[in-house]
Amino acid sequence: MSDNASLMQQPAPLTDVGLQREIAALFVQALNLEVLPQDIDPEAPLYGEGLGLDSIDILEVALIVSKQYGIQLRADAAENQQTFRSLRHLAEYIAAHRTK
Amino acid sequence: MDTIALLSHSTPTAVIAYRAGVPVTAQRFLSDAKHLARSLPAGNHVLNVCADRYRFTVGLAACLITGRVSLLPSTHTPEVIAQLAGFAPDAFCLTDDRSRDIGLPRVFYPEELPTTDVAWDVPQIPATQLAAIVFTSGSTGTPLPYKKTWGRLARCVLDGARRLGQLDGRSHVLIGTVPAQHMYGFESTVLLALLSGNSFCAERPFYPADIAAAVAAVPRPRTLVTTPVHLRALLASQIDLPPMDLVVSATAPLGQDLARAVEARFHTSLLEIYGSTETGQIAMRRTAESVTWRLWPHIRLKVSSDQVFAHGGHVEQVTAMQDVIEITGDDEFLLHGRTADLVNVAGKRSSFGYLNAQLNAIPGVTDGVFFLRDGASGSTGVARLGAVVVAPTLSVAALTEHLRQRIDPVFLPRPLIIVESLPRNATGKVPQQELQHLANRHLQTDESL
Repeated sequence: MSDNASLMQQPAPLTDVGLQREIAALFVQALNLEVLPQDIDPEAPLYGEGLGLDSIDILEVALIVSKQYGIQLRADAAENQQTFRSLRHLAEYIAAHRTK
Repeated sequence: MDTIALLSHSTPTAVIAYRAGVPVTAQRFLSDAKHLARSLPAGNHVLNVCADRYRFTVGLAACLITGRVSLLPSTHTPEVIAQLAGFAPDAFCLTDDRSRDIGLPRVFYPEELPTTDVAWDVPQIPATQLAAIVFTSGSTGTPLPYKKTWGRLARCVLDGARRLGQLDGRSHVLIGTVPAQHMYGFESTVLLALLSGNSFCAERPFYPADIAAAVAAVPRPRTLVTTPVHLRALLASQIDLPPMDLVVSATAPLGQDLARAVEARFHTSLLEIYGSTETGQIAMRRTAESVTWRLWPHIRLKVSSDQVFAHGGHVEQVTAMQDVIEITGDDEFLLHGRTADLVNVAGKRSSFGYLNAQLNAIPGVTDGVFFLRDGASGSTGVARLGAVVVAPTLSVAALTEHLRQRIDPVFLPRPLIIVESLPRNATGKVPQQELQHLANRHLQTDESL
């Protein structure tokens, strides 16, 4: 958890790629994924055949995103596939809506 | 002939649903159901996958009016759909999602149904009419069907409605975070609203902020129908919820600490329901106050050769329970976890027998077993599965893709470890300890990369 804490102390502006990498690292750590953060294709779907996340993971990720970036994600269950289309889409969404 | 009304709303203007906060009357619902019933194709079995709870319920009502049977499998993987088509060759799929293909002929929920009112005469459905067939995953690789008549479904749900205080003359609104197609959501949102004359929220809120918005959009008294996963997420989030008059939880037992935390944080009471696909709902408890489950009236448990069976009331035939149950009184029991073969991940149920059969049926797999990882993880507290597999010609990615065709995503193993041979002991079993050890070593190696 200490890695997580040190990440939280750096809300400095990040390039798109930097933010993508940061989110990827949070995913890998929180969900015990078997990939390295830098190996996650920013364009691949996070759901289903891409990174293989399911709805429980997405709920877990939503809690991380709210704690880390101050964003309460909103979506009817049916629209989750859109919100989590790819790492790049999520990073753009977070960049546009983050409050910390 | 014994009949039970399709809905128990006493006047045409009574509210049966809220769509984006806008009330829908029972009259309008009945009109939609009758119009949809006329437009359904031939075929007696319907897989209703409408994500919108209102559309699902209109579809269900159209089926009940016309004597059609709703099929409720536990998952919609290609493998299970193919098995459904074999089980009921006349089956078609009623859907509100044009983007998703499914291996059955599709019928789309109409964009608009005629608004010409039909007469307010509520259809009476014979109690013996087959209303639904629900499927469990079985233990051999073939889903097992359980037939539910309208009469027994109604009896089960009405017994629950009384215990949940939904028949006290007030107009309750049910907000469900569970899908209408899952047995729990089917009983506790769709059927509960129809049979108790109350209403449900058509949306299925997912994130904590969605739940707060959905609750705020409907009038009190409000009942949140949810699961331990969503309750943990709600507690972990910083969200304040509008007042809720009741919270109902099911799919996995809730700890007493968590139940008390929910009651204190949201100033509400929490009732937990116990049931199974085979029996439907059969017991309830106010978890914050007591760990003892109280059975529905007329339902009884008995022990026979080390196995606990449920019978009586709405339970069609004497049914073996898949949990470790201690009977503590005529209508009371304690729950001590699951029997060894049963798997429950976030409310989805399967068995190791089934999962192992699916794994070993993949071309190229010569041996393999699933196992439950020690300890739950993350804020949602969901325990995950792992698998150890012997498959000399397959990659982890290829294996995962094969599994995705066969089993629900929540059961996909992480980690999936490919080995040269399984650490089987002298009796041919793979000791749990060995599997946990393999998984831990595998994850550690991963992190040190």
